[in-house]
Amino acid sequence: MQFDQLLQYTLSGLSTGAIYALIGIGFSIIYNATGIINFAQGEFVMLGGMLTLFFLEALKLPLWAAIPCAVAASTVAGLLFERLAIRPLRQPTPINLVIITIGGSILIRGLSMLLWGKDTHAIPPFSGDDPIAIGGATILPQHLWILAITVIIVAANRFYFYHTISGKAMRACAYNRRAAGLVGIDVRRMVLFSFIISSAMGSIAGIIVAPLTMTAYDVGVMLGLKGFCAAIIGGMSSGLATVVGGLLLGVLESLGAGLISSGYKDAIAFIILLLILFIRPQGLFGKAESERV
Amino acid sequence: MLKFLAFAGMILLAPLYFKGGYLMNVLVFVGIHTMLAIGLNLLLGYAGQISLGHAGFFGLGAYLSGVLTATYGWNPWLAMPLAALMVGALAFAIGFPILKLKGHYLAMATLGMGIIIYIVFNETVELTGGPSGLSGIPNLAVGSLTFDSDVKNYYLIWSFTLVTILLTLNLANSRVGRALRAVHDSEVAARVMGVNARLLKVQIFALSALISSIAGSLYAHTMTFVSPASFGFNFSVELLTMVVIGGLGSIYGSFLGAALLTLLPEFLRAAQDYDIIIYGGLLMLMVMFMPGGLVRGVPDLFRKLLKKGGANHA
Amino acid sequence: MRFRCIQFFSAVLTLFVAQAAFAAAPIKIGALFAVTGPAAFLGEPERNSAKMVIDEINKAGGVKGRKLELVAYDTAGDATKAVQLATKLIKDDKVVAIIGPSTTGESMAVIPVAEKEQIPLISCAAGSKITDPVKKWVFKTAQNDALAVGKIFDYLQRHKQTSVAILTVSDGFGSSGREQLKAQAAKFGITILSDDTYGPKDTDMTSQLTKIRGSKAQAIICWGTNPGPALIAKNARQLGLKIPLYMSHGVSSKKFIELAGEAAEGIRLPSGKVLVADVLPNSDSQKKSLMAFVKDYQNHYKAEGDHFGGHAWDAVMLLKGAIEHGADSPAAIRDQLEKTSSFAGIGGTFNYSSQEHAGLGKDAFVLVEIKNKDWVIVK
Repeated sequence: MQFDQLLQYTLSGLSTGAIYALIGIGFSIIYNATGIINFAQGEFVMLGGMLTLFFLEALKLPLWAAIPCAVAASTVAGLLFERLAIRPLRQPTPINLVIITIGGSILIRGLSMLLWGKDTHAIPPFSGDDPIAIGGATILPQHLWILAITVIIVAANRFYFYHTISGKAMRACAYNRRAAGLVGIDVRRMVLFSFIISSAMGSIAGIIVAPLTMTAYDVGVMLGLKGFCAAIIGGMSSGLATVVGGLLLGVLESLGAGLISSGYKDAIAFIILLLILFIRPQGLFGKAESERV
Repeated sequence: MLKFLAFAGMILLAPLYFKGGYLMNVLVFVGIHTMLAIGLNLLLGYAGQISLGHAGFFGLGAYLSGVLTATYGWNPWLAMPLAALMVGALAFAIGFPILKLKGHYLAMATLGMGIIIYIVFNETVELTGGPSGLSGIPNLAVGSLTFDSDVKNYYLIWSFTLVTILLTLNLANSRVGRALRAVHDSEVAARVMGVNARLLKVQIFALSALISSIAGSLYAHTMTFVSPASFGFNFSVELLTMVVIGGLGSIYGSFLGAALLTLLPEFLRAAQDYDIIIYGGLLMLMVMFMPGGLVRGVPDLFRKLLKKGGANHA
Repeated sequence: MRFRCIQFFSAVLTLFVAQAAFAAAPIKIGALFAVTGPAAFLGEPERNSAKMVIDEINKAGGVKGRKLELVAYDTAGDATKAVQLATKLIKDDKVVAIIGPSTTGESMAVIPVAEKEQIPLISCAAGSKITDPVKKWVFKTAQNDALAVGKIFDYLQRHKQTSVAILTVSDGFGSSGREQLKAQAAKFGITILSDDTYGPKDTDMTSQLTKIRGSKAQAIICWGTNPGPALIAKNARQLGLKIPLYMSHGVSSKKFIELAGEAAEGIRLPSGKVLVADVLPNSDSQKKSLMAFVKDYQNHYKAEGDHFGGHAWDAVMLLKGAIEHGADSPAAIRDQLEKTSSFAGIGGTFNYSSQEHAGLGKDAFVLVEIKNKDWVIVK
């Protein structure tokens, strides 16, 4: 085993993992504000990529203009989703919420397929695609974009949740919705906010990864699933723990493919996840909860 | 019991109405899906434990039966119970660590389990034929009667399904059923009352896997071909949807959910490419307007309509 | 949408006129294509081509005065659905023959149905095991994977690149290719140094390629369909891999060049002749069919026809040939199909016999290289 190979596996894993982390944080934000596992989260990732493409090609916008437009449009989609599907729900039991978000994800995927077709599309990288060598391993400029944007978003998130009134209110909702309501926090508004933030984050993840992975109407499923895993490893935290979860998953996959077996790489990642869960049923970083009767 | 006899009668007489057309074939799958939905419902609706990996158990049953009969020439009637026992035992073994988890951690763990099983189907090419599938699985046969047509399969599958319904109805109304519901409502309270909640959950998990495995074997022997794509994450989600749409904790609800989700694509076929949108939209509307599932929602709807009708008369 | 409506009404209208003009009922042909789902890249052009060629045949007055009618269903690439729909075609629609399914897995699932109900099935999938061993009612139009593998290995052997790494996708297409690559390597004196796979939805294959870089492979053979191979081409460029990259016929369409961009340059792959139809010599027996297919597809769909669509085109034309010989029942069509000889279609020149239901020879493929975003034939 040579050092440069190991370095390459790790670097590849970290950049894939950063994307999982961003998607995972999207899952966590909604979960914490509402208790919903939003299975449509992956579709916002897809929307980010596909809408960027749409603004680039159909409206002939330059890349720097297409990206904010795409984020804005996906955010509107997230907002509509909350208003039209989640809020009107009469019996919001967790399992009904799971089914409704699954229904929503099928619907969004279907609409995208009809609108933009089934083809896969390439999106130009933000700044060239000449490889950069780092001690025997190579990465692309886009990888740096991904890492940088992930860091910025995680930092912004932290600032929002700990230093702004609405962020603190949202955390209050996460701890105890009823108590939050009693002290005058508009819980419904916070739920809407959580959908807005996480759909924006999902679409950003979709946009920054699209130049590397290309995009199609059905890329959201797999990415969403991996993001969900990242969030679970991180114990559904909307901060650093989920980032670590995502990076861990990415690196495990990459090392599994390179060192053990490429066919079983996802299985290896999942087996390790299961072991983590068996040993620490409350997530890698979670504290054990005492059950309320 | 009367309800069951009426239901069984309806099922047994249905072929007379459909006269062996294509719909018979779809109804065979409704039967298989009903078994699967009941299996999952035991776990989800009665014990309150979610599983996003049941397609894995279904697939294990199908592949064990398929490999034992097609590759090793076993008698299908021998392969099926063996497969079921093996899958049940496996579920029993992993049930202990997995069911220690709660809520979304349990969802995640079962999902991971399902994906691992799916990957194994794909990668053990020598044994399973890999992604291109395993063919040449024999039909089931009793003496000189081979179950090789839709009508014959219909009766074969539905006898299994009806027996499953009968047994689960009994189970649900027994002491075990009551204990399960207690665990569902509050595990701690149930424990205080002397229910061994942990063992009970694991047993139900194993039973549910065992039923799924039998459904899988039946699927393999009617299709005579299996490939991994039929047992992926999507199918686990579809099963979950059947149970919820049908109505949690209701055996007949599982039938309604399975029937609706299996027949729906047939009716949507006319809509061509738009079918996926209608499907997704319907799923959302169902949960919005019939949150208790079909089994509670449809009678409610009738009651409302009748009330309106009555009001008009008066 | 409006276009579709018009198409639909014109179809209804022609059907109506036809019914009035000839007493003879149309001959119903069934089709199962994976128009949605993971194999949509196969199913969509196949369905389009089948519709198109049947339209063209009917416009020209049908076959022996009888119109053809296509009943096409979408299987979404799902074997269970394919079996159900095959039953539906046979029992409810009463078709005389079935074209498709698009993938090997679905085809294997449908074969028992076709055999039992005695309806000829012309599969559009590539797996060799569909017609090997020969099944009475089953034919296929897609070139066997074995032929594509042979084309690459033959080239490698002549150019002394005998240590290779293979990287295949873990779906039906990839696993069938992987099986053939391994089976035929020894015959061409080729050693497979590393054997890796990737998932159809994977987004980063640098790990596999890094591992290959560490081996002594002289060439990489990648077996997959879009978008995976385009990602692999990009990843290989990122890693600065110097050894040549070979792809399968699964990516022989302009789409691949579009997706892989710069990274596609220099990649070689076996392809049906449809890609290079315009530069084929006039003496090539397939040229007439190829040019007609490309032109019609451009007219109907404003898009480039690919060889996947060609599989369905060939299947319809083979059926047309059988019906022209007076067959209109499933059994007669089967017998006539088996007598097909030197039919120059899109996939190659077909010769069926009672021992041969795949019907294509080595000349079905040409090896092409991507140069300046276009295809060049490699000798």
